[in-house]
Amino acid sequence: MLKKTPLNETHRQMNAKMVDFGGWDMPLHYGSQLEEHHKVRQDAGMFDVSHMLPVDIKGDGTRDFLRKLVANNVDKITIPGKALYTCMLTPQGGIIDDLIVYFLTESWFRIVVNAGTADKDVAWILKQRDALAPGLEITPRRDMAMIAVQGPNARAKVWQVIPGSQAATEELKIFQSTTLNHFFIARTGYTGEDGFEIILPAEEAPTFWKSLHAAGVAPAGLGARDTLRLEAGMNLYGQDMDESTSPLESGLNWTVDLKSERDFIGKQALLDSNPTQQLAGLVLLDRGVLRSHQKVVGQVNGQAFEGEITSGGFSPTINQSIALARIAIGVSPGDEVQVLVRDKQLRAKVVKYPFVRNGKVLV
Amino acid sequence: MSIPSDLKYTRSHEWVKIEADGTVTVGITDHAQELLGDMVFVELPKVGDSFSQKQECAVAESVKAAADVYAPISGEVIEVNSALADSPEKINQDAFGSWLFKLKPGNPAELDGLLDAAGYQEVLDSEDH
Repeated sequence: MLKKTPLNETHRQMNAKMVDFGGWDMPLHYGSQLEEHHKVRQDAGMFDVSHMLPVDIKGDGTRDFLRKLVANNVDKITIPGKALYTCMLTPQGGIIDDLIVYFLTESWFRIVVNAGTADKDVAWILKQRDALAPGLEITPRRDMAMIAVQGPNARAKVWQVIPGSQAATEELKIFQSTTLNHFFIARTGYTGEDGFEIILPAEEAPTFWKSLHAAGVAPAGLGARDTLRLEAGMNLYGQDMDESTSPLESGLNWTVDLKSERDFIGKQALLDSNPTQQLAGLVLLDRGVLRSHQKVVGQVNGQAFEGEITSGGFSPTINQSIALARIAIGVSPGDEVQVLVRDKQLRAKVVKYPFVRNGKVLV
Repeated sequence: MSIPSDLKYTRSHEWVKIEADGTVTVGITDHAQELLGDMVFVELPKVGDSFSQKQECAVAESVKAAADVYAPISGEVIEVNSALADSPEKINQDAFGSWLFKLKPGNPAELDGLLDAAGYQEVLDSEDH
């Protein structure tokens, strides 16, 4: 039996093509994935991301607990509503999940974790809570829905729909959030465009979705979500990283704080590690489409290396195929590599990603 | 969308048009393009390539996935629709009007084994659950 979000009926009414996404019955597209992609880059689109799970962590010492639990340093977030992107690691330095932590008060932080890892994450967090901070209250919020409204006009359209939201959120910077009545509104996203991710009570989600639609926000499915996040150079858990890879091999060095005195789960393993691989961006030079698991071969300092594409696809904004690939450290932007596609070797250029940000092609 | 009655079909969702000169024109069906979604790339065989029946001879790639296209009958490729290289979306717009390649049949008797429109409809009905 597939799990359903509070918007399942609404998607069906809007003629979504539904697919099994890790046990969730989710919209892949509502007609054309490409049109949805362009709509988000140029105007505004919305995604049902209610399969993701908000988890509230409450009690005295929540900050101390998170300082230990996650790899990035929650001491960076001191303004109420401020968000932080981080990995949660195994003691071996493998990535259990990537998530966003929101600081609300000293006794209330909220994290949002991936759908496919939610059960595992909660079990891990409870286990750490029992060991480190038994007084804390950990509450998975399946009573909530989550809608991402993304695109250059996304915020303005949300302001039309939620009374008072313009005044409440206009001053929010990227990675800040606020609460307005039943709405938790964060200026975050997974598309490389401006916009909000909004958490609200499940029962209010269909009406809110329809109001956004009436304001001109296009429904967009997981297909467009994937091409948008790939263009934005954002990792997808389970594809670009998992428990067998560390953040240092996944382009996430910037999210790991190894400098402060703070100890966190996985820190020692990262300090002891000697990464030989990196995540690099590729732009295909020949015709074709890069896909995950295709082999990448090339030379670095006269040595042959072999790597693998972790996420690949067609970039609708660039109109060429792009990919993230795990390849040898030392391969640099500007280098050319070969990708094995069926019986052919296609040429690809290594680039610094993101590929696209705020509607602009960067490669 | 209705299934044109003047074409033949395979269970793997290719359509086949038997031309007056005995050659055949091959494309993928509207159902196939709908399953695949927005097309972004088509890898065509080369003129002069020979294929046996049901052999992979082209690849249709959408935003979602790469799908093999199979030779509906054995034969030699005599022409390919190079225009699709620049506009693969034509397949989404008009699947039955967007051919991929033309074959000179190796064994014309294989044509008798292809499905007619009613037979192909039954295949679709049985897939529709």
